[in-house]
Amino acid sequence: MKKFVALLLACLMVASLFAGCGSTGSTETEAAETAAETAAPAEGETAAAENSADAPAIKIGLTGPLTGANSEYGLAVRGGMEIAVAEINAKGGLQIEFKAEDDEADGSDKAVSAYNTLKDWGMQIFAGAVTTGSALAIAAETVNDQIFMLTPSASAVDVAMTGSNVYQMCFTDPNQGASAAELMAEKWPDATIGVIYDSSDAYSSGIVDGFLAKAEELGLNVAVDNAAFTQDNKADLSTQVTQCKDAGCDLVFLPFYYTEAAQVLTYANTIGYEPTFFGCDGMDGILNVEGFDTALAEGLVLMTPFDANATDEATVSFVEQFKANNDGKVPNQFAADGYDVIYALYNACVAAGIDGNTPADEACALLQEQFATMTVDGLTGTGMTWDENGMISKAPAAVVVTDGVYVPMA
Amino acid sequence: MQILQYLINGISIGAVYAIIALGYTMVYGIAKMLNFAHGDIIMVGAYISFCVTNYLGLPAAVSVVAAVVVCTVLGIAIEGLAYKPLRGTPSLAVLITAIGVSYFLQNAAQLIWSSSPKNFTSIVTMDPISLMDGRLVITGEVLLTVCVSVAVMAGLTFFTGKTRTGKAMRAVSEDRDAAQLMGINVNRTISTTFAIGSALAAIAGVLLCSTVPTLMPTTGSMPGIRAFTAAVFGGIGSIPGAMLGGVLLGIIETFSKAYLSTQFSDAIVFSVLIIILLVRPAGLLGKQVQEKV
Repeated sequence: MKKFVALLLACLMVASLFAGCGSTGSTETEAAETAAETAAPAEGETAAAENSADAPAIKIGLTGPLTGANSEYGLAVRGGMEIAVAEINAKGGLQIEFKAEDDEADGSDKAVSAYNTLKDWGMQIFAGAVTTGSALAIAAETVNDQIFMLTPSASAVDVAMTGSNVYQMCFTDPNQGASAAELMAEKWPDATIGVIYDSSDAYSSGIVDGFLAKAEELGLNVAVDNAAFTQDNKADLSTQVTQCKDAGCDLVFLPFYYTEAAQVLTYANTIGYEPTFFGCDGMDGILNVEGFDTALAEGLVLMTPFDANATDEATVSFVEQFKANNDGKVPNQFAADGYDVIYALYNACVAAGIDGNTPADEACALLQEQFATMTVDGLTGTGMTWDENGMISKAPAAVVVTDGVYVPMA
Repeated sequence: MQILQYLINGISIGAVYAIIALGYTMVYGIAKMLNFAHGDIIMVGAYISFCVTNYLGLPAAVSVVAAVVVCTVLGIAIEGLAYKPLRGTPSLAVLITAIGVSYFLQNAAQLIWSSSPKNFTSIVTMDPISLMDGRLVITGEVLLTVCVSVAVMAGLTFFTGKTRTGKAMRAVSEDRDAAQLMGINVNRTISTTFAIGSALAAIAGVLLCSTVPTLMPTTGSMPGIRAFTAAVFGGIGSIPGAMLGGVLLGIIETFSKAYLSTQFSDAIVFSVLIIILLVRPAGLLGKQVQEKV
């Protein structure tokens, strides 16, 4: 009797599973139809637009950490992209449909399954991933699928080198390290330099590799270059700071994220050590850490492509829009990178005549042609171009923290 | 002078490990279970203290009391809801539950306080003592942490040795069934142990974040694992052992970072642990129990 009941229950469950599939499937189609219906009249009004008015919207997908420890970055990129999509769709003409999936910054199966979900949704262009680990896992897939990939923030060299269809909106790590060395050679040629970095992190060690190579070439005096820490022992960085202090470093390079940097600045202040601290784009956000005394960051130099306090029209309106959408949160460079990615893709699609009917692999080939020659002006730089490997070239910019805000470096 | 500065840094972080290890050792010694959620209770304690000072604007001392109260209640609740129903089941079940509780606390903290890091303001306002033209710096945090950990160790030794509840704890630890027959309320004794362990975790959280200011939902997990190592190192179940293990671990870690390699410090620390356990399987101050065959 028991067996029979169990069997019956199992059958019911299987049946309900199928029912579930059927109903979700149909809702999706319905939703898509309604979306198409609502979009059509809007496009009809702007019939003057040169792009095929009744073509469906281009589907652009993003994966990034939307939950978990790195959600700060994923949510920022998504927020930036959503603003760009809304602006473009409000213009009429070519429309964009945007979808973000959570990969929890997990470089293994989670990233790939998030990517597959987007593929099932019908994604034509991939505008992710946010973090390097996920981007590496997904880039290999996009090469097989021939889907164009423009990552906003995955900065490892290996990402761009995965295939000819993979492009980056941010600097590669060694390039950023090299520009940091150039800037130091120009501003502090006589400084004794100490380097603290995270050897377990591809971003941090990539920057250090580029930095040390360039520093040697330029003849910079690097006194401490082995003060590394790892993912597991980063809870206490006092030893590394003490090493720099003992070596008499008056310029300390901190190419890692602001979480650990806040700790370094606090400890240095406690022991009365006051060199010039120099950070990279991962340092962006330090002034917004809750409970962090911004006075400690006074004089901190950091390289960031985006300054939320800039007064140009594009930045001001972007910052306002972002704050309105995100409970008054100030956008960081990840958000700006996301915004620029959508505009770069949009410009390229318009120029190449790509619309919602273009198959992904065809769009990929067309976009590669566009990216080889086009120049983009965005929030994170003007006159941005890409080389044959898909790496970006743009002028590095540095800011100094003065009275708790970024001031462009003179 | 360098060597002295590293020694002070090592004692500073080691004393924090010691306080966490004391909590681990108490719970293990009496309830015979590894409470892997201990590290996450530390994190909750630090968040409570952070919220009380930053959002309510109350003084640091009040925030410590609030953290202790909240964590004690949390510890009792966790014990009652998650561990008590499993009493008498194989210890593996409790262990897995403890890991589950640990994840639950981390994710709950992410929902409540978000994953973006917060910078904990140290509860110590004393200026650091600078010796030998600033080449040797002793911060107020170091002094406070060392004093508190010694006081906690002394207090716990007195408590388990002299008070009625403490004696009951030792009885439960030695033989649970016999203790029950002697009229000791085992469940209440274990709950009390958890309450004390969690209160210690709250204090450890505040001291940990005063020393290392980054506060995130995962803040407690790595120091928690290290402190567990320290407890094993010193002899799990032994109160002075946890203290010794914690301080030694902190010193070995700092010295291997300073003189051998910053990247391999963990490998060095854990190699030392393996060697010690090979020589003394019960840890430095652990009781060598003869197995009856």
